Amino acid sequence: MTIEELKPILEALIFVASEPITEEELAQILPEVDRANLDAALEALRQEYEANGRGLELRRIAGGYRISTRPEYHDYIRRYLKTRPSARLSMAALETLAVIAYKQPITLPEIQEIRGVNSARAVKTLLEKRLIEPKGRKPVVGRPILYGTSREFLIQFGLNDLSELPTIEDFEELGSGGS
Amino acid sequence: MRADDWLDRPEEIPPRESERDGEPLPRYTVKLDVFEGPLDLLLHLIKKEQVSIYDIPIARITEQYLEYLRHMEELDLTIASEYLVMAATLIYIKSKMLLPRDSAQAAEAEEEEDPRRELVQRLLEYQRYKTAAELLWSKAEREQAVFTRGRLETDDANPEVNATLFDLFCAFQRAMERLKERRELTLAREEITMAEKIAELRALLEREERLDITALFEAARSRRELLILFLAVLELVRVAVIRLVQTERFGRLLALRVRASAEIAM
Repeated sequence: MTIEELKPILEALIFVASEPITEEELAQILPEVDRANLDAALEALRQEYEANGRGLELRRIAGGYRISTRPEYHDYIRRYLKTRPSARLSMAALETLAVIAYKQPITLPEIQEIRGVNSARAVKTLLEKRLIEPKGRKPVVGRPILYGTSREFLIQFGLNDLSELPTIEDFEELGSGGS
Repeated sequence: MRADDWLDRPEEIPPRESERDGEPLPRYTVKLDVFEGPLDLLLHLIKKEQVSIYDIPIARITEQYLEYLRHMEELDLTIASEYLVMAATLIYIKSKMLLPRDSAQAAEAEEEEDPRRELVQRLLEYQRYKTAAELLWSKAEREQAVFTRGRLETDDANPEVNATLFDLFCAFQRAMERLKERRELTLAREEITMAEKIAELRALLEREERLDITALFEAARSRRELLILFLAVLELVRVAVIRLVQTERFGRLLALRVRASAEIAM
């Protein structure tokens, strides 16, 4: 199968997948296709989406591919769907999430050490929202649970993988307030 | 986006009449709940006073910090213990900085550590994560403006979300709560063991492909039975006899048989 033949098939599959579909999954569905061709077709398709100035975009999210609307058109879509953006996470939950995202796997006492406040409720909220998940236990006294971010976190925050987070050192400059 | 834009920051009341008449003490009204903790409050004070985080005028900041806590007391708000611990830390640092250094120590002065150092490190670290939190939010905001295609029929026909042990624990907790509300009138002591419970579950699995765990939890007649059921389910998950799924997030928990029934019998 040529790359040109492959592109529309991949597009159809990515469209139908309810969650970002990974290259692995695509390769399983298309065992007759050479892996290098698959890669090339995906990349060509992605570039076409980028170049065409359409209302849809093809993005890499959580290690998979997803077709979604471009953010700049959300107003029109919300008019049709009659929805509003969902409520934001509390500052406590966001801070806790940031600490977990950068220091994972991390225990509750370690989170509290950094934030300077009790963070049990924030952790519970994040667990309920499935943004974080337990990642085993730390082999120290009390064997506290280690937390890390989930796949849902990557999807909700539009990240392909954790390496897309800006390095925490970058914030040193940004944040150093005062004079 | 800056924190101040989306966090309701305390407003400072303009100086009162009396203060203009030579009472220089500034007055602040502050709401405790807008701060995420003592570190957040300190960062706010440092910013407000326009001083460098690397060279904090401890006496001045401590005074403001305590002033703030006093206000909380006046308003009859409970001050979280973390705020008091920080107050003690600040006073300790302040006292250390006031101590005169004798000449013998002066030689070592260079090596001597700035008593503020540890606090500054903590503030800087906290500030980094605070900035990161803002960045995360701006990312999430962008994602909220992004839509994927609407649901397809096949999505509903195959609605299983992989459930985690956390979900199992939540379902167990909810059942426990409900059990508490019911009044117990059990007279005979039940003597069901975990082995019996596991056997019971396995027998059920022989007949049915899937079990409604939430319903089983709800049917438990006592705390003890609920506990044993919970442990039995955990055990069956561990030995991979069942797999936990949910039909929707936070929906009912279902146990699916993993192996063929013949293997279960072993």
